[in-house]
Amino acid sequence: MSMKIEFEVNGKPVSVDVDPRLSLADCLRYDLGLTGTHLGCEHGVCGACTVIVNGAAVRSCLMLAVQAAGEKVVTVEGLSNDEALTPLQASFRKHHALQCGFCTPGMVTTAHALLTHEPDCDEERVRDVLSGNICRCTGYIPIVEAVLDARSAYGSKGE
Amino acid sequence: MRPANSFIGSPIERIEDLRFLRGRGTYVSDLTRPNQLHAVILRSPEAHGHLRAVDATRALAHPGVHAVITAADLGASVPRIPLRLQPLPELEPFHQPMLAHDKVRYVGEPIAVVIAETAGIAEDALDLIDLRIDPLPAITDKASADAAASVLFEAHGSNRAMVWTATRGDAEAAFASADLILKHSFKVQRHAAMFMEPRGFMAEWNPQTQKLTVWGAAKVAWTNRRILATAMEIPEGSVELIEVDVGGGFGSRGEFYPEDYLIPAASRIVGRPIKWTEDRREHLMSANHARDIECDVEMAVASDGKILGLRGMAFADIGAYFRTNGSVGPRNVSQFMSGPYKIENIHLQSTQLTTNKTPSGTYRGPGRFETDFIRERMIDLAAGKLGLDPVAMRRRNLVADADMPYPLASITPYDSSTELDSGDYHHVFDLCLKEFGWDEKSALQGKLIDGRYHGLSVGSFIEGGAAGPKEDARLVLETDGSLTVYLGSSAVGQGLQTIMTQIAADAMEMPFDRIRVLHGSTSHVTEGFGSYHSRSTVMGGSAILLAADKLKGMIREAAAAKFGCAAADVQIDGETVTANGASCPLSGLAAEPLDVEATFFNKKYTYAYGTQAAHVSVDPGTGHVRVHDYLSVEDVGRMINPLTLHGQAIGGIVQGLGGTFLEHLIYDEHGQLLTGSLADYLMPTASDFPVIRSITLELKPSPNNPLGAKGAGEGGIIPVGGIIANAVANALAHLDVQPMELPLSPPRVWRLIRDAQEAKRAM
Repeated sequence: MSMKIEFEVNGKPVSVDVDPRLSLADCLRYDLGLTGTHLGCEHGVCGACTVIVNGAAVRSCLMLAVQAAGEKVVTVEGLSNDEALTPLQASFRKHHALQCGFCTPGMVTTAHALLTHEPDCDEERVRDVLSGNICRCTGYIPIVEAVLDARSAYGSKGE
Repeated sequence: MRPANSFIGSPIERIEDLRFLRGRGTYVSDLTRPNQLHAVILRSPEAHGHLRAVDATRALAHPGVHAVITAADLGASVPRIPLRLQPLPELEPFHQPMLAHDKVRYVGEPIAVVIAETAGIAEDALDLIDLRIDPLPAITDKASADAAASVLFEAHGSNRAMVWTATRGDAEAAFASADLILKHSFKVQRHAAMFMEPRGFMAEWNPQTQKLTVWGAAKVAWTNRRILATAMEIPEGSVELIEVDVGGGFGSRGEFYPEDYLIPAASRIVGRPIKWTEDRREHLMSANHARDIECDVEMAVASDGKILGLRGMAFADIGAYFRTNGSVGPRNVSQFMSGPYKIENIHLQSTQLTTNKTPSGTYRGPGRFETDFIRERMIDLAAGKLGLDPVAMRRRNLVADADMPYPLASITPYDSSTELDSGDYHHVFDLCLKEFGWDEKSALQGKLIDGRYHGLSVGSFIEGGAAGPKEDARLVLETDGSLTVYLGSSAVGQGLQTIMTQIAADAMEMPFDRIRVLHGSTSHVTEGFGSYHSRSTVMGGSAILLAADKLKGMIREAAAAKFGCAAADVQIDGETVTANGASCPLSGLAAEPLDVEATFFNKKYTYAYGTQAAHVSVDPGTGHVRVHDYLSVEDVGRMINPLTLHGQAIGGIVQGLGGTFLEHLIYDEHGQLLTGSLADYLMPTASDFPVIRSITLELKPSPNNPLGAKGAGEGGIIPVGGIIANAVANALAHLDVQPMELPLSPPRVWRLIRDAQEAKRAM
């Protein structure tokens, strides 16, 4: 049994036939070819699969594809239509906030959602929000530095 | 002349980041092949038992299922996985079969492979395979291994598989002359590398050409090609292993697992490309576990604090089989217990026990994390007994610069000897104390502030690197004047592409963006040895230097032919060659690419070294330990990229803190893994350890390679357990709390406090 769903991904309308049991993550990766969204645990702990649904950071391994019908989804590929890195991505690079790169899409989408809503967040808030995403390589310190350094690009009035 | 390149030593932003940050990396599960099918592995639900029957009738009838492969489909005898390191013939009985047949020996052991249209259908079919296993008593720890209610390998007759012995000097004499003999027992819990990208493969057998292509190689592709070709009974040249982006390794990923064979074998049996990706639960029960030792150790000490000797026995619970590198950790516990200290007399043994748990292998700082926990605790305990300052006692015993090179204990069987190559251990020790602010912070030692007891500690470590025997690099000057570097080293997320581009750019004096580095796939060089034992930078980097010298020679000769002059008259200035007033760009030099290959041979290990210090506080009500400050100072001889090295130092320390406080693979008495998800197996997160500092020095280059670099990047993790346990002991000195076992989880610390309080009240 499959169901036809329509939703918006990275600003473009999509229409796919999916099994009702298919996760949004698998739909994005295998039906839509957006493999930037990664699956690290498939049980909602590691955060690698985080995408932005209607502005909120969401674990796409815990959301069914059919639940995305009619919604607006942004993946790591959709953070910028530009060839250049976004200021947040450039800040990650500058601070060496990634090594193997596997958790990175989830970190970037989580941080983007946070800074979009709270451009003036402090270090404790950044750590608190990022604590839902596991990184095995960096020890988190450069990731927190990168996110704090990117606040100005989101309209932070500074500390 | 243009100014010389100086990419080496500069904090170059990584090339890899540009694709990773935009979701354009290509990890193995991102691949799709036309006509592919999906594999899912049926794993043993029992820890120990006789496998009597595997009936796939109902599964095969399930719509969308193409095949169910069991041991019977793998030929007359089921291939087994040989050892990559320390391949002793007497260990052959302990090699893991690709699929279980007569017995199952751990929960998670592969029994069958289901091939279906989708991974979901294959998973549905798992429940339709009927298994009959007659259970045997499960062996789950040292006590039950010795009690031997059952034996994993009946022909061997015991659950003790083998013993490593490390010796130096005369331990017996040292203990006879000691003023203090201190004896203690320690335990380090089973935990694992837990890289974030699950393992996976895409395998494609081409029936026409009888060739096999496998995507998903990591770490040691050339070795794995040899193992795979042998198991499949095809020539090595018929197998190509391709490395794509790899989401972390830390010792575990890229070793040869049953799936490394099963997925290619399934592709040959079914005749279609097969894709497999493990889930996290499978990963927790099938990828290599690590650590898990108990150790009874004695230290002989003179009254002035000089350590005279070490002796003792470690018991390493290695799980159900010897994996490819399963001896490295247990062996290292004995060989490297003396660490950076001048301990002349050693007799230490490591016994490897087989149990009904997931087999183990290396994890960053294998054996070293465990042995440093023991040694650093023993030094503090000895200092306490002798009434000495543990800082002064460490300084008293560090190997002196004048003693270099300094031989460590020799190990047998599979005999090996090694020596510390260079270093000013005392300088780094004192620098760490200074940068940490030891003198100022000392006032906090044991103090109760706002309901928490504060403690400090310091300790030193060594980090081995640069394993031989060799590494190959091939340099090709393309006709457009760009350079392609082919390398036998492998990327596991450490930034290899950037590091090697830096080294090649400096060696060839070419612009960064004119260099392309290809690595890790078996088609790139004749033979490669990959990435383990902190070896890539030293071995691969040195091979690039040698190849660059050869390539420059070829360029001079080509220019000499073009200009009609002697090769000695040719000057290479970046992308231009000149001779006697004439000049030509590299791109116009030759009609064909200039192609050279060079090999760097090395028999001697490098030893980076350092000192770490910690400031913690303990909440006596909950047992929670907070890390207020953690500093690592390490000398790596020569730094290629401070940005990536610093990142790996910090990352290693946080992994070490995970192993010290959080991570624990727990089994019940039936051999069932109780920590089968990341909600049960706790790893550090962003809010746990906010203050970690790292300083890297280039004090004493390694004399053993042309770069002067020492293998680094593992080091941070090595002494963390010992240093934190000492800091906790110092915080709770008023109760004489002495942690002898990791992890220092809140319940364990709370119990130590409660027991100490009760003991005090009883006095």
